[in-house]
Amino acid sequence: MKLYEYKAKELLKKHGIPVPDGFVVSSPDGVKQLPGPVMVKAQVLIGGRGKAGGIKPANTVEEARKAASAILGLNIRGYVTKQVLLERRLEVAKELYLGITIDRSRRGLLLMASASGGMDIESVPEDKILMLSMDPLIGYQGFVGRRVSGFLKLGKEQGAQVADIVKRLYALMISEDAELAEINPLVITKDGKVVAGDAKVTIDSDALFRHKEYEGLEEDLTPLEAKAKELDIAFVQLDGNIGVIANGAGLTMATLDSLNMFGGRAGVFLDLGGTDDPEKVKSAMLLMEEADPKVILLNIFGGITKCDTVAKGVLEAIEMRPTSAPIVARIKGVNEELGRDMLKEAGMIPASGLSEAAEKASKESLR
Amino acid sequence: MTVMIDKKTKVVVQGITGYQGTYHSKAMRDFGTNVVAGVTPGKAGEKVNDIPVFDTVADAVAETGANTSCVFVPAPMTKDAVMEALDAGIATIVVVTEHVPVHDAIHFVAVARSKGVALVGPNCPGLAAPGVGKVGILPSKIFMKGTVGVVSRSGTLTYEIVNAMTEHGIGQSTCVGIGGDRVPGTNFVDVLTRFQKDKDTKKIVLVGEIGGTAEEEAAEFVKAHVTKPVVAYIAGRTAPPGKRMGHAGAIIARGRGTAESKIKALEAAGVKVARIPTDVPELLR
Repeated sequence: MKLYEYKAKELLKKHGIPVPDGFVVSSPDGVKQLPGPVMVKAQVLIGGRGKAGGIKPANTVEEARKAASAILGLNIRGYVTKQVLLERRLEVAKELYLGITIDRSRRGLLLMASASGGMDIESVPEDKILMLSMDPLIGYQGFVGRRVSGFLKLGKEQGAQVADIVKRLYALMISEDAELAEINPLVITKDGKVVAGDAKVTIDSDALFRHKEYEGLEEDLTPLEAKAKELDIAFVQLDGNIGVIANGAGLTMATLDSLNMFGGRAGVFLDLGGTDDPEKVKSAMLLMEEADPKVILLNIFGGITKCDTVAKGVLEAIEMRPTSAPIVARIKGVNEELGRDMLKEAGMIPASGLSEAAEKASKESLR
Repeated sequence: MTVMIDKKTKVVVQGITGYQGTYHSKAMRDFGTNVVAGVTPGKAGEKVNDIPVFDTVADAVAETGANTSCVFVPAPMTKDAVMEALDAGIATIVVVTEHVPVHDAIHFVAVARSKGVALVGPNCPGLAAPGVGKVGILPSKIFMKGTVGVVSRSGTLTYEIVNAMTEHGIGQSTCVGIGGDRVPGTNFVDVLTRFQKDKDTKKIVLVGEIGGTAEEEAAEFVKAHVTKPVVAYIAGRTAPPGKRMGHAGAIIARGRGTAESKIKALEAAGVKVARIPTDVPELLR
C-alpha cells in the first residue's frame, strides 16, 4: 500500500528523521497561517507532480490559498488531487538520494544512496549510486552508515546526520513493515541541516494485520475494484472485450497469452489466486457480469475441489443473473466430464484444454 | 534419484488440524509420502487421518524422526512456525502459506540459508516426485513418473503444464514449485543446480513469469552450468506494462523483468521457449 507524501513524512518524523514543518488541507479555506515561506504540494500517488503544475511556492496565506485552489482537483496523470501539503520551503544547498527496498535476487534489503538526488534516480549512472545489499542476520550496524556517508563524500557533521538517518530509515523499514522507504531529495540546507524533502513509503499489504493504524485508509478504487478486493480476487482492467476468470496469476497470464495467439483480447480479468473454491468462482462470475464483457472465458485448474462442484457454483451464479454474453468454460480436474456436461447443458461452450478454450473464446469475441 | 525429497523423507505437517492441513496430509500420504506427524499447539494426543498430532515440532521430531516440514499455518503465525522447524533441526521446509509478510520471509529465509536448510516458498505449491512422494498441495493425478525435472514460479500454471506433459506421455522426475513471492527460499538457480546433478533428470522445464529478474539469472546459470536440455515458458508475454497481475512478483518495471527480456536471455542460453503452455510437450520431444 503506497502512502501519500504527508503520511510517509509522518512516519519519518515518528522515527526521528527531520522533515519540514507542514500541514495538509483539502480545501483552500483550511489554510489559516504559514510556518514561513512554503511549497504547496499535490498529494497524489504518482510521480511527475512538479511538471504537471502540482507544486507551487507561496509566501503569504493568500498566495497559499490561491496555490491550493489551483492544485486541488488537478488531474495528474489520471490521479485527481484531493489534498495538498503545505510545508516550509527549504534553502537547498545539495540534494542527495537515499532509499531502501526489497532485493529479490539477494533475498534481503537493498540500501541505495547517491549524491545526485532530486532528479529521477533511474537516469543517474550506476556508478554514482551506492547499492548496498544488507544481510538480514547482520541488520543495521554502524558501519552501514559510515559506508553511506563515505560514498557520498560528506563532511563530518553532515556525514554523521546522514548516517543517523540511514539507521532510522532502516528501523522504519523493519518496524513499519515497509517494502519501500525512499527519501528523494534528501536535502542538505544552506545552514547545514539534513532534511527529507520528499518521501515515498510503501507498506507491505500482507503485513497490515499488525498495523491497525491503516484500517479504513481510503484507496482510489473503482467500485468493481473495491468489490474484487473485498473478495480477495485480483482484478485488472485491460482494453479487450473478453472477460477472463482464472485461478492463479501464472495461469491467468498464460490464458491471456493463449487468447492473444488466437486473435482474442482480454478486457477485465479476475484472478482467484491458487484456489478452486466454488464459492469464490461463483462470486467471480457475478462480478464479471457487472463488468459486462462480450465473452466470458472461465479457466479453472482444480486442485482440491471436484469439477462438478465448481460447475454447480457457476450454474448458480448464472441463474442469479442471466447473461447474454456467451461463456466458454474449461474446468480441469476430478470429475471433469461430469462438470463439462453440466455446463454444456446450461448452454455454455465447454472446452477441455487451455488452447481449445482460448481459441473458442477468441472466435466468439470476433463474431 | 529425485531432488529435495526421497524415500527417507519423513514429513511433519505444521497446521495439520486446519482444513488445508487435514486435506493435504491425506493427499500426500495417498501419493506415497511418509507423513509421520502433525503439529498444532494445544492438540497433542489427537490424530488426523491416523497421523499423531504434537504440540511442538521438537516433540514431533523426537517421537517420529521427522526431517521435512510442510507448513500450512496462517500467515501471521508462519514466521514462528518456520523458525520452530528450523530450531528443531528440520532439513527441508515447504511453506505453502500465502500472504506472508515480506520481512518475515526475509528473516526466516536468511536463517534457513545460514543453517543449510532447504526452504521452498513461501506461497508455493511445494514439490512432487512421482513414485516417491510429495510435500505440498500439487494435485496428485496430473503426475507421471519420468525423467523431466520441472521448476516453476507459478502454482496452477505448473499443474497446467505438468498435466499437458503427462497427457503427451512425458513423465516427471521431480517438480518443484518455488512460489511467486518476492523473497523465495529456493530460486530457479537453486533447483537448476540440483537438476543438473540429479542422474534421473534428463531434461528440464522452467516455468517463469514477468516481474523480477529470476529468469534472467536462471538463463545466465543455464548458459554457464547446465548441460541438460531446457525448455521454458514465460507467462505474461501479452500482459500490459505497469499492471500488477496478482502475484507479488508479477509486475513489470524498467525494461528488465519483461517477457521479452526473459525470453531473449533464455534463448541466448540455448533454451527452447514455448509461446503458450500447451507447446511445452512438443518442445520436449
